[in-house]
Amino acid sequence: MRLYISKAALLAMPGLVGFALTGSYRQGGLTDSIERGKKVYAEQCLSCHQVDGGGVPHMIPPLIKTKWVLGDKATLVNTVLLGLNGEIEIDGNTFHNVMAPHSELSDLQIADVLTFVRNSFGNKAKAVTAAEVKKIRANLKH
Amino acid sequence: MKNLNPRYLYLIAALCGNAMLACGEDSTRVAPAFVNEARAALSGGLVLPEGFQAAVFADGLGAARHLAVNNNGDVYVKLASRKNGQTIIRLRDAKHEGRASDISGFANYKGTGIAIKNGYLYASSDEDIYRYKLDAQNNVISDKPEIVVKGLLSRGEHEAKAIALDDDGNLYVNIGAYSNACQVVDRKKGSPGMNPCPILDSAGGIWQFKTAKLNQTYGDGVRYATGLRNVVGIRWNTATHSLFVMQHGRDQLHDLFPDLYDSKQSAELPAECMYELHKGSNCGWPYIYYDQFRHAKILAPEFGGDGKKTAGGDAQDPVVAFPGHMAPNDLLFYSGSQFPAKYRNGAFIAFHGSWNRAPEPQKGYLVAFVPFKDGKPSGEWEVFADNFSGSPEQTASGRADHRPCGLAEGPDGSIYVCDDNKGTVWKITYSGK
Ligand code: HEC
Repeated sequence: MRLYISKAALLAMPGLVGFALTGSYRQGGLTDSIERGKKVYAEQCLSCHQVDGGGVPHMIPPLIKTKWVLGDKATLVNTVLLGLNGEIEIDGNTFHNVMAPHSELSDLQIADVLTFVRNSFGNKAKAVTAAEVKKIRANLKH
Repeated sequence: MKNLNPRYLYLIAALCGNAMLACGEDSTRVAPAFVNEARAALSGGLVLPEGFQAAVFADGLGAARHLAVNNNGDVYVKLASRKNGQTIIRLRDAKHEGRASDISGFANYKGTGIAIKNGYLYASSDEDIYRYKLDAQNNVISDKPEIVVKGLLSRGEHEAKAIALDDDGNLYVNIGAYSNACQVVDRKKGSPGMNPCPILDSAGGIWQFKTAKLNQTYGDGVRYATGLRNVVGIRWNTATHSLFVMQHGRDQLHDLFPDLYDSKQSAELPAECMYELHKGSNCGWPYIYYDQFRHAKILAPEFGGDGKKTAGGDAQDPVVAFPGHMAPNDLLFYSGSQFPAKYRNGAFIAFHGSWNRAPEPQKGYLVAFVPFKDGKPSGEWEVFADNFSGSPEQTASGRADHRPCGLAEGPDGSIYVCDDNKGTVWKITYSGK
């Protein structure tokens, strides 16, 4: 959370008030997204991938520095939209259980939860935006 | 100090130090954490009732799922991973020191099930069941497996083919449902349950085959029992002459129905159930689950349930109902005479440990015991062997060091437990001291 600048801190700096209130996508936007994403994670992902993102041995893969989590955003967003099954391998461990599609989540919820995951559990990667999710979802329909 | 082995006294005394008073007779029945640690240190990391000892028989085997002991004391372990390219490991205590010194292996298919009977060793992959003849010296003829059953369903969920053998030449196989609750889309919120559930035609039950017939497929088998979501602990009870199983109950009541179940209820429900099966038994999955607090079969929410409505009049009641999600992965009826009389004919259950209780603390990672009399439980279940996880914190987080998965009884009445996280095998004995 190196980039974290709380809203309160921003508001306390008169020169920045206008900037913060315009809601431009800046550091504050990232922390907000992570905060919202944490809630989505708790409701939608935690029971399987666990509080620490470490998954369950032989069963549910970790969300820690995997090629899905840190890699190409479209693949990652599609994992959430379409779910995943078939055998996958992470650090020599194989997994083959079912992850259900989560297509009922909104673009913003998916963006938030993936931004949270990409900035938690020791991960560090760029945020995913709702606009990107929207585009990736639209591509699926063609 | 009445529940401590005198051999541990020096250790306890050292640990107690100035706090000696707190370690006295008057301490509560639950031993203080450091006492448990001291006891565990002397018992291969495990905490056991007074008079029992555990020793590490072998370790580092990998995903050690089930195990079987031959009448000469050789222990065979089935792996769901490969150790030096092999998936059945023979552990021989060649020096009679309570520890395997002669370790060898064969086979290369991953799987869970293993059993020995009438001169054959049986083992399963996630699709097939093989058998190996034992030679005159009681060794497995490992290069000549025969296929007993082939082509069973394995769809990436509940794929382990746990097996059991009766005394009449029958082989029982769990074919787990490739689903949580038979929804149209598995585990997807809002996806309805399929009624009737088509999975039950080929999975979600126990199938019976012949031990002596080769190359059997579905058509040769009989669906012996249905309505079982997934079973890993399965055992023929030679006292009751019937099959007992431990069902893994459904997951995710809160995830899928947050308006009906909070995360606490979802962590506790449904019960992990022991069933006694007979030909034609139906245990009710996916339409109902068993609620151990209401002592009732509850209509599953995918099929119109609201958490209270009961249903499943034609489904069996469990013999024992355990807390939710503890994942019973093996079941053993004790037939030896080494342990005290209380244990004779009773059931040991290896609880692999939960994952689906999060965000509530996880539970399990233990071996439980249920006393039996006249073929029925004669008391409450209790913890027999504990501390597989390494600490209460590791139990709560689910980051357990060891996850008990297999149980077997040796010819001398010792029991063996294996773990599929690190591949440790313990031998548990009773000396009364
Ligand atoms: C029902 C349990 C379950 C739930 C709920 C679940 N997952 Fe998964 N997830 C899995 C399983 C099982 C796999 C592996 C599937 C396979 O082996 O093909 C997986 C794979 C993944 C992967 C790719 C592999 C990896 O570890 O990097 C990602 C990313 C992922 N899940 C993210 C999520 C997110 C985000 C959520 C919440 C929106 C979520 N999952 C909810 C079970 C679940």
